[in-house]
Amino acid sequence: MASDKKRRNLPSLELYVPEPKFRPGDEADFSDVEVLPAGETRRPDTAAAHDEMHDLAYGLVRVLGDDHKAVGPWDPKLDPDTLRKMLRAMALTRAFDQRMFRAQRQGKTSFYMKCTGEEAVAIAATFALDRDDMTFPSYRQQGILIARDWSLVDMMNQVYSNSKDRLKGRQLPIMYSTKQGGFFSISGNLATQFPQAVGWAMASAAKGDTRIAASWTGEGSSAEGDFHSACTFAAVYKAPVILNVVNNQWAISSFSGFAGAEATTFAARAVGYGIAGLRVDGNDALAVYAATQWAAERARTNKGPTLIEHFTYRAEGHSTSDDPSQYRSADEAAEWPLGDPIARLKNHLIALGEWDEERQEAMDKECAEQVKTAAKQAEKNGILGHGLHQPLETMFEDVFEEMPPHLRKQEQEMLAENRAANNVAKTR
Amino acid sequence: MTQMNMIQAINSAMDVSMQRDDNVCVFGEDVGFYGGVFRATAGLQKKYGKTRAFDTPINECGIIGVAVGMAAYGLKPVAEIQFADYIYPGLDQLVSEAARLRYRSAGEFTAPITVRSPFGGGIFGGQTHSQSPESIFTHVCGIKTVIPSTPYDAKGLLIAAIEDPDPVVFFEPKRIYNGPFDGHYDTPVTPWAKHPASQVPDEHYVIPLGKANIVRGGGDLTILCYGTMVHVVMDSVKTLGIDAEVIDLRTLLPLDMDTIEASVKKTGRCMVVHEATRTSGFGAELVALVQERCFYHLEAPIERVTGYDTPYPHSLEWAYFPGPVRLRLAIERVMEDVSGEV
Repeated sequence: MASDKKRRNLPSLELYVPEPKFRPGDEADFSDVEVLPAGETRRPDTAAAHDEMHDLAYGLVRVLGDDHKAVGPWDPKLDPDTLRKMLRAMALTRAFDQRMFRAQRQGKTSFYMKCTGEEAVAIAATFALDRDDMTFPSYRQQGILIARDWSLVDMMNQVYSNSKDRLKGRQLPIMYSTKQGGFFSISGNLATQFPQAVGWAMASAAKGDTRIAASWTGEGSSAEGDFHSACTFAAVYKAPVILNVVNNQWAISSFSGFAGAEATTFAARAVGYGIAGLRVDGNDALAVYAATQWAAERARTNKGPTLIEHFTYRAEGHSTSDDPSQYRSADEAAEWPLGDPIARLKNHLIALGEWDEERQEAMDKECAEQVKTAAKQAEKNGILGHGLHQPLETMFEDVFEEMPPHLRKQEQEMLAENRAANNVAKTR
Repeated sequence: MTQMNMIQAINSAMDVSMQRDDNVCVFGEDVGFYGGVFRATAGLQKKYGKTRAFDTPINECGIIGVAVGMAAYGLKPVAEIQFADYIYPGLDQLVSEAARLRYRSAGEFTAPITVRSPFGGGIFGGQTHSQSPESIFTHVCGIKTVIPSTPYDAKGLLIAAIEDPDPVVFFEPKRIYNGPFDGHYDTPVTPWAKHPASQVPDEHYVIPLGKANIVRGGGDLTILCYGTMVHVVMDSVKTLGIDAEVIDLRTLLPLDMDTIEASVKKTGRCMVVHEATRTSGFGAELVALVQERCFYHLEAPIERVTGYDTPYPHSLEWAYFPGPVRLRLAIERVMEDVSGEV
């Protein structure tokens, strides 16, 4: 205590609580964010020892330069058709997000989450994975499904919790799941998918399979114990897994400093675990592709896991329930020094002479049309809150494979309650 | 048939399961080379190799999280949590993930995992090696909770748990690993060898989950119990010479309510016994269910015999444990003629 005479001459302790640089009304200035020039980061052999690449956990893998050209050892040298496909998947994801966000505002569903500004993180990575590799996404990687040409109508049925929702209206919108799509059921509990991905990868390795797993979590969720469990297990068993940390700077209203960003990079977590760590420009689709390809090759050749930090920016709110104007500067997205991933890939294709503004505009229109058509089709299957689309009995299905007696009893009670409610309605 | 203690029977269940199905794998802290701190997995690594029986980091969240991912791949993981008291860091992976996966993916992804864990006190384990957290799991939808009380049951139930398509928490009463402890802590425990349920088939067999076992038929009182308490109850019933029907629940969820209901309607009196703390314990659920189904058959208030609502005290273990005296007092109360007639 302060009155303790023996301690009188010691300075008072101070509790440090991080504070983001800019709040609403502030002019955002990211000039202190170190952006390494494209092409300068070295690319080690995929078999290199993890302790020979510590610099990469503190660097920034970038391929697309300010002149929109792909440069340096990480250039994946993709053909223009693949680049255009990637661009289209990103544009389609953005169009999908816009449509579904609006649908929520129109009262057609309860909730939505956009991935605006982070499209490359999911889409370019998916392009670098094999179609049968397993993904364990967080809630902002809808791009994986779109990159795998998954049905937009099927996704929307889930968002609307309608009669054709394969998940029987049980999950919050955007918590997709498809075994066929190699896309693990999304959990609202954060980072739980990380150790699960490691377990899947361990199983694949134990069975002598060739498939690998990849997972994504936000920088905010990297503070969860599950993240550290996953890294420990991945390191110990050299699991064939790619662990992606999407550092989009914000976890709802908490800036990345509350996950430790003021002290070090997220890729640097890899150093402590003794696994390969890469820090990548997450708004550079080619860098994301190259890093994923590198990590996939490393995993597939039994050289173990890679932790990739994707340095990006959450250009919009956390979800439809969030209002970022309450806690961060409105300038931030525009001032973000790494730009927009779609614009950068578009400009690259233009620089290659493989694309132009007219074609971009036509493609955007086409994407919007495609999404509109899908939405109309999905809305025919119902929207949330307009009639109970799933038979009441489905509430009790799939708790267990076989329904135990106590659930059968509760089901009967629920049906009786429903009959009573209908009788009351009739007599009114 | 081979004479086995609980540990040997549990080991045999995993051995038989691993033999029959290449997808069954076992792992946990000290589980691999050493064979577990209680030796439950002894010999399995040698027999089935390191990729099917292995040690893990001291990380229960990781153990269960990895098991969920392995199950999604198609394996049948049997994870050991060294003591039930250590299960809490893995709760989110069990409660929010394993238990909900079938439901949230509408059956596309499932988590057919078995989480084995020694539980209960009476071994001077102090508050971090003695807990009975079973009611935490029975409160969660989507998990089955199983507790064996003999070597024969342990093997049959564990095989059933491993083969079950849903997540199962399998609590092993460690006080009776080596013998059917009857509550008399001051006398040496009788070894399993003298108990008929120590005769265990070497081959595969299953005791279906959700079926209770009437350990002793009787007409005057129904006693519901499980795990170690089955043997403590049986000793008290014998000593007091009452005609009690003793039901070993074996599976808490799904619960064999039909057997319970038939018994209480026959005897008109009911007592529930567990070692776990009382408030919101599984006994509370049993009491609620019995009164819902059997209220007009009851001759006396249902008695609850449990541990106290305190941490498990190291030096005062036997004052805490629901032993013969607490049972006798409760049996006297529940058997009292409350009709007012002399």
